[in-house]
Amino acid sequence: MPESPGLYLRLTVMENLQCFAGLYELDGVRGRIERALRAVNLEDRAGDQCRALSKGLRQRVALARALLNDPAVLFLDEPTSGLDPVASREVHGLIASLRERGVTIFLTTHRLEEAERLCHRVAILNTTLRLIGRPDELRDQLFSRSLDVRLRSPLDDANAVLGALSGVEGWKQAPSGYTLAVSDPEIAAPQAARALVGAGADILSIAESRHSLEDVYLELIDEDVEARRR
Amino acid sequence: MSFSWTRVRAISVKELRDYRRNRFVVGTMTVLPLLFVILPLIQVFDAYAHVDSSNLNRHVGLSMLYMLLIPAFLPSTLSAYSVVGEREQGTLEPVLITPIRREEFLVGKALAAFVPTLVLAYVVFGIFLAAASLFAHPVIASAIYSGTHVLLQLLFTPLLAGWGIWVGIAVSARSADVRVAQQLSILGTLPLLGILALMSLNVITVSAGLAVGLAAVLLAIDLLAWRAVAAMFDRERLITGRSA
Repeated sequence: MPESPGLYLRLTVMENLQCFAGLYELDGVRGRIERALRAVNLEDRAGDQCRALSKGLRQRVALARALLNDPAVLFLDEPTSGLDPVASREVHGLIASLRERGVTIFLTTHRLEEAERLCHRVAILNTTLRLIGRPDELRDQLFSRSLDVRLRSPLDDANAVLGALSGVEGWKQAPSGYTLAVSDPEIAAPQAARALVGAGADILSIAESRHSLEDVYLELIDEDVEARRR
Repeated sequence: MSFSWTRVRAISVKELRDYRRNRFVVGTMTVLPLLFVILPLIQVFDAYAHVDSSNLNRHVGLSMLYMLLIPAFLPSTLSAYSVVGEREQGTLEPVLITPIRREEFLVGKALAAFVPTLVLAYVVFGIFLAAASLFAHPVIASAIYSGTHVLLQLLFTPLLAGWGIWVGIAVSARSADVRVAQQLSILGTLPLLGILALMSLNVITVSAGLAVGLAAVLLAIDLLAWRAVAAMFDRERLITGRSA
């Protein structure tokens, strides 16, 4: 499915789908179109001309068109490009439901939160393939694991408390507390909590630092000499 | 993958539905035939009073030439839109990533322009013949049926349309703008129309046998044009902007 829905705007939704069913030489066209429209919640708009539909609805028609021949693999190019948040959310829901039905989806997107939400595996390309893997794997490859510690007030002697922890490899002051570099957050977090309570600190929160895919991308691009030159 | 008439039909039906709802196409298909049936009828009705018998044949030929403008201009205008128009709308890419062969795509497009043109041109010609037979002076009516006038119309209407279509599609596949494509494709039909004009006006005198022979040559040219257009239709370039 290309970025632009590429629908025949003077034709109805049904006529657009009939045309593509013909191009794929499909049997049982009526049933297939009904199923595809049901999958994208557009059964009641089958008779509407595509030019009367919003951009989000057109994108859903394009998805229905892509589903007509029951594909095992689906390539979606920027499926939410130019859509408002509500329409984007609907398209995300459709993609997730297709994924649950066992369709392998290749999603091309510049919206990294979309990739993070929908994709099992992510490939980052910048001229060439830079990195590929599950989002968590990518984060682990580029960032050391860390804990964000928020306290009501700073420690009097932070080095004495945090530097002595066995599970902590290093620490630094952060705007609202401390960031601890750890090898295993599940071991380090209880140790840090005990030590901080013992030192009389009021703990607001201790949580593993979450790096988004955007952080991964920016880190990657920052490392990329070629990209910096541009 | 063999040639599929199902895919050809899918393209043709889609095109015809699109034409039906396109005001420009509907307008062109209404005004052009109306114009080209009224003008020759006026000329034919007016002929007996103003034209001497020696020039009657040429006058009738000129009147009937108007009707050949329908298969010359209408399909070339429609087919000039076929590729570049879809590319502008962004509808070409989804079609070309289906299993459709380029020959199927081209035949589908060509039929969608050819069938309505042929129907309109023959209906207009039928109206002309009926009106001339009923209301024109018997001398004029007899001049219409004498010589090769009717034969030229019947033979060259589909062949001229075929030529216009392939020129239109060829220009459309290489153009970046619909209007430029339409103007160039009309220009491309003019040489052939010029030859037909010379035949209709008896500048070149043609017998029935020669007319059929020329029609056979034009048919061969139309078929060659189809193969040439199919060969130059580079779907890779049309999708990605790069040649295959």
